[in-house]
Amino acid sequence: MTRVAPVTPETPPARPAGAATPSRPAGLRPGWLAAGVVAVLVALVAGVSLGPVTIPPGSVAAELLNLLPGVHLDSGLNEREIAIVTELRLPRVVLGLLVGGMLALAGGCYQGVFRNPLADPYLLGVAAGAGLAVTAVIALGGAGTEGALTGLPLTIPLAAFAGSLGAVALTYLLGAAGGRNRSPAMLILAGVAVSAFLSAGQTYLLQRHSDSIQAVYSWLLGRLATAGWHDVLLVLPYAVLTAVVVLLHGRELDVLSVGDDEASSLGLHPQRSRYLLIAAASLGTAAAVSATGLIGFVGIIVPHTVRLLAGSSYRVILPLSLLFGAAFLALTDVAARTVAAPAEIPIGVVTALLGGPFFVLVLRTARQALT
Amino acid sequence: MSAAPAVEVRDLHVTLDRTPILAGIDLTVAVGEWVTVIGPNGAGKSTLLRAVGGLLAAPGAVALFGTPIESLRRRDRARVVATVAQSPVVPPGMSVLDYVLLGRTPYIPSLGRESAADLAAVHEVLARLDLTGFVRRELATLSGGERQRVFLARALAQGATLLLLDEPTSALDIGHQQEVLDLVDQLRRENGLTVVATMHDLSIAGEYADRMVLLAAGRVAAAGTPREVLTERLLAEHYKASVRVIDGDHGPLIVPVRRR
Repeated sequence: MTRVAPVTPETPPARPAGAATPSRPAGLRPGWLAAGVVAVLVALVAGVSLGPVTIPPGSVAAELLNLLPGVHLDSGLNEREIAIVTELRLPRVVLGLLVGGMLALAGGCYQGVFRNPLADPYLLGVAAGAGLAVTAVIALGGAGTEGALTGLPLTIPLAAFAGSLGAVALTYLLGAAGGRNRSPAMLILAGVAVSAFLSAGQTYLLQRHSDSIQAVYSWLLGRLATAGWHDVLLVLPYAVLTAVVVLLHGRELDVLSVGDDEASSLGLHPQRSRYLLIAAASLGTAAAVSATGLIGFVGIIVPHTVRLLAGSSYRVILPLSLLFGAAFLALTDVAARTVAAPAEIPIGVVTALLGGPFFVLVLRTARQALT
Repeated sequence: MSAAPAVEVRDLHVTLDRTPILAGIDLTVAVGEWVTVIGPNGAGKSTLLRAVGGLLAAPGAVALFGTPIESLRRRDRARVVATVAQSPVVPPGMSVLDYVLLGRTPYIPSLGRESAADLAAVHEVLARLDLTGFVRRELATLSGGERQRVFLARALAQGATLLLLDEPTSALDIGHQQEVLDLVDQLRRENGLTVVATMHDLSIAGEYADRMVLLAAGRVAAAGTPREVLTERLLAEHYKASVRVIDGDHGPLIVPVRRR
């Protein structure tokens, strides 16, 4: 049912039948939504299909459908191949989808919250906080080798998660110390200060424990290599919570884009919305970082590409960033583990190598300006 | 509507960063009236408008249509008073339709989306302001005069009966200044709107306002009809300006005269 319109001088009678269809406001067009879903499905099948043992995409699709309740298809795969699909590759691809989606969504959200196109998910110190915490665990935990990453399945993610959220909390406290003058810019500057401070601590620790450098850098550059279902389960609840909260606020972010004063005079609580969204996006980012380390570029390139191609409303940017960010990272991971097989290229390196030129291409061909 | 005035400001004090901006302002604006606030730079005009719009906390000092402003929820306040800022932010990539639709925010459920009635209200306002041809245009690509009409449309879409305009014509040439102010005046008469504006161009301000308030150093230096406020003596005293005031058809005309 249509909501009863308030009686105001500007509320006209209902449009008569047959009147010209009015222009539609910005919103997610079904075509773009379908493209995003298709991208995720393609990434899912490609990610599971490709690897040292190539499994036909049709069989992968059948095996994936078999995971649904009540579906029993013959994929033609033997026990070993089924195990490769469901126990080795699928959790890795799903984690890639979750983390890519989270980083892109958080990036888009931060860009709206701070009204700053350069904002990325690590703006408020998430990366530095996680980096310091993980460095401390690896260096002071006495495990200076690659074993530190595989031998401590829970300690590293928990340290990264706590470090991320601790850094954001510190940034918030410093940013809020401005009292009445606190503003998005104060928060960004506090994030810069906190990041610099924590990075300095991390550098000091690394210098004192140089045997940890390789293990730390292996984590810093991002890794989906050890992903098992437990990693997926660690990230999933936070990812769902973050996605729900952020996606529901697309329209509010559009209103915030006219500035705090105007948003306030339109009936919003800009500060309240901003801090809720920062908390949600930081939580999702922290969960992503805790599972896979620091993967750069996704959070800034994906939302901007979506903005340039599909529209500048956050009702478009947020859901499409989630979908295309997910697909982008899962496909990037395919490249990371196949290009130099059997060796793996760190995924953070691949996102930058692939994402940078692609973004430049989009920037040069897109119709709209970023300014 | 009750007999309460649209705006009642009593003994308003505002201090920002320990600097007193407004010191004991009283102002009453009747329903349907157009009051223009003038004064030299830094007199506190925009601050007064912000306080009346509820953007500055001033407990007990401002009432709108008889209701203390702090007792209104934000959404309810936004249905009563709409503000057009001096230089509104133009979000990159946003279309005219989407920008004007922001005006329906106080009617759209939190976390919800606009209804058909909201869209119809927006199209009605766009048609009235002769903006129908611009709906798909990006706001950033419009000229100054067109943009000002869109800002006005956004405020009108709020359905508020009190309109606060902070320097609505400062970026416009003289023709577009008249066009925008004529439009505001027409809307005011047709819809019974109350208008409180700040302006720098005194001649044009005097032609449209029912009453004027001259602010100087955070206080009301003079208030009354344009002929009572726009005098050579008051303008010399508070603007430090050398002017000649000529009696025009619709109000006093202010002509700057070079000092010898």
